[in-house]
Amino acid sequence: MAFENAHITASAVAAVEYPDLVRQYRVTGVPKTVVNERVEILGAEPEASFVAHVLESIA
Amino acid sequence: MDSRTQDELEATLAGIGAPVTLVFFTQTFGCDSCVPARQIVDRIASFSDQITVEEYNLVLDTDQVETYGVQRVPAIAVVGQADVGIRFYGVPEGHELVSLVEAITLVAAGDSGLSDESRALIASVDQPIDIQVFATPT
Repeated sequence: MAFENAHITASAVAAVEYPDLVRQYRVTGVPKTVVNERVEILGAEPEASFVAHVLESIA
Repeated sequence: MDSRTQDELEATLAGIGAPVTLVFFTQTFGCDSCVPARQIVDRIASFSDQITVEEYNLVLDTDQVETYGVQRVPAIAVVGQADVGIRFYGVPEGHELVSLVEAITLVAAGDSGLSDESRALIASVDQPIDIQVFATPT
């Protein structure tokens, strides 16, 4: 998604190395995706569903 | 990385057809995982002449830290013709390593691989979206 739009950035975070972020975003399982600090996606999702959830962050 | 993983990565990375820079951020003190992360980055770069590594220091190289928007180390920005905003934080092992190699091939190919429907939706985004994916090696 980051590749397709300059407004979008994407980070992969190794959860075990950043306990502060794990606490901040209440990561209790992986993968967990946090979009704009407010939309949370738990687990892996099919592409269409993932894209829709990410776009909820600016809806 | 085990030998099977290494063979697969080597084959994938050997096939990339355009330059990719792995911009690596480290710091001198208080980062136990920076050295192993840099070793993996170097290993990845050794598989293809198209991959180069730049290293910056989180504390000293303030211009680059600001340019790439990095706040933690170890961090890797995967940069092709342009920086599209793809970052990896921590030691890239296991799933993270696979994701990193995918990001490198994607950036080199200049193609996200997404469906036309997804591309159309994403093209309409006109405000910042920051996606953070938390993962573990296994």
